[in-house]
Amino acid sequence: MKLFSKHTNVLPGFGPTLGFTIFYLCLIVLIPLSALVFKTAEISWQEFLEVVTDQRVLASYKVTFGAALVAAAINAVFGLLTAWVLVRYRFPGRKLIDALVDLPFALPTAVAGITLATIYSHNGWMGRLLEPLGIKVAFTPLGIMVAMIFIGLPFVVRTVQPVIEEIDSELEEAAACLEANRFQTLLRVIFPLLLPSLLTGFALSFARAVGEYGSIIFIAGNMPMISEITPLLIITKLEQFDYTGATAIATVMLLASFLMLLVINLLQKWSRKYAE
Amino acid sequence: MSVKRTLLAVAVTALSTLSTIPAMAADISLLNVSYDPTRELYVDFNAAFAKYYKQKTGDNVTIKQSHGGAGKQARAVIDGLEADVVTLALAYDIDAIAAKGLIKPGWQKELPHNSSPYTSTIVFLVRKGNPKGIKNWDDLVKPGMSVITPNPKTSGGARWNYLAAWAYARHQPGGNDAKAKEFVTRLFKNVPVLDSGARGSTNTFVQRGLGDVLLAWENEAFLAVRELGPDKFDIVTPPESILAEPPVTVIDKVADKRGTRKVAEEYLKYLYTDEGQKIAAKHYYRPINAKIPTKLAKVKKLYTIDKDFGGWQKAQKAHFSDGGTFDQIYR
Repeated sequence: MKLFSKHTNVLPGFGPTLGFTIFYLCLIVLIPLSALVFKTAEISWQEFLEVVTDQRVLASYKVTFGAALVAAAINAVFGLLTAWVLVRYRFPGRKLIDALVDLPFALPTAVAGITLATIYSHNGWMGRLLEPLGIKVAFTPLGIMVAMIFIGLPFVVRTVQPVIEEIDSELEEAAACLEANRFQTLLRVIFPLLLPSLLTGFALSFARAVGEYGSIIFIAGNMPMISEITPLLIITKLEQFDYTGATAIATVMLLASFLMLLVINLLQKWSRKYAE
Repeated sequence: MSVKRTLLAVAVTALSTLSTIPAMAADISLLNVSYDPTRELYVDFNAAFAKYYKQKTGDNVTIKQSHGGAGKQARAVIDGLEADVVTLALAYDIDAIAAKGLIKPGWQKELPHNSSPYTSTIVFLVRKGNPKGIKNWDDLVKPGMSVITPNPKTSGGARWNYLAAWAYARHQPGGNDAKAKEFVTRLFKNVPVLDSGARGSTNTFVQRGLGDVLLAWENEAFLAVRELGPDKFDIVTPPESILAEPPVTVIDKVADKRGTRKVAEEYLKYLYTDEGQKIAAKHYYRPINAKIPTKLAKVKKLYTIDKDFGGWQKAQKAHFSDGGTFDQIYR
């Protein structure tokens, strides 16, 4: 490894680019985030705890993080499937479906929210079919999940897709030659290779769902203790001109998201090792 | 246009903005930061005012409008949006701006009638033919009734709804605060969805077909009926409701800095003239000048925020801040 020390870099510019990266990250990410923390620091610890552990706020964490977790898990399963189909099979309309996957990225979130609320409310296309079965989607926590699944899907597909493209079919042939059955090949050979990117996709989809406001607010129903998401409570505090209360909750969300992303990064590292 | 002419034009504009010679007809611009349902009203009013001001002084005045939820608009002004005047849904939001020192204290006494040139009230929008027979507030708490209103914590209009119901219950025979609280609790148990703003609730009621009755600003209700078809909805004006006073004021700091105080004051005063009052009436606001004809049904008894709740600061604290009566409903 010593052969590849800093001095043998083939391309120039390590110093300036690293310097710029740090400067840029500070400007775009760290300064706004530290403003958040400083604003929160205006209140005492006790007040902070009171705000962030209020019953309603606790209920909203449960709704937000719970729904985001389930949505990300569902996206991981079906996103993987979608990516697999798009890479491995050739069928008419493949390009079209490929483009469709990105739609939730591009659509304004409010448009997505209003559309979802329209089709899932009791007089909408889907709602009309589901309501007689006793399934209410719009204006319940289930609706929140549906919106989160919608906005999170492309994250999984787009992170897993290039990795599937990279997988050499020789690997599968080798597995077959070594008398692995098709199921074993999938589970023992393919899946470990996909796991790191799948985890990344899961994490991105989860993080997006936790922070989402625009599309959820229209379908959530926003009932206190039942279907209020944490970002709504932040807005609620702002409406009362309670800036510090709002930033206190925001800080909790920030920490929680950061911790989860950190854990998932570690998991990823571990899974990569496992794959090797 | 050639490059030369463009450059010339730029130079001329630059010069004319740099040297503001008072004798020349000046071009003045004002920013009016308002709340959601006044959009159509101020489009009409601004045109009328610009014409009037041109005749009176020879100056051209253009008025830009900004609309959104009242709380959000107030925050934008606090955070530095340079509004010469604000015309918001409730005094509480303007108080918040004043608390930051942008407006002189006592602003609500500057103009007649609590600085509210027009008023409104809360009415019921029901499905055509009023199938559930909703006539008054006590019909709303009946079991099985579905009521649509936005969340009072995020919507100014919803606060008027909430206080109207509260005032109604407290003024019934044997009514008191405890009874009123029980009444609004029962009412909100009939609310299946809490949208964050008034327009959102209108959508839920109209487009999603949810609910038997929508509690709405009177002018919003008329707008909804006019835009979405008179064959689908009816408006029920309850015999008792609340007097909603959306106040207006000059943002002193901004107007003084931009030198627009004179025209900003003139602009707001024009709302009180016959012409201004007529425009307000046309857009289903209630003119304060009794001589201006209005098509709106009379409400027998109108409660007021000052007499019945001791002003917005008190009402906000008791009912809508964290731990207030509204929060207690969902405990």
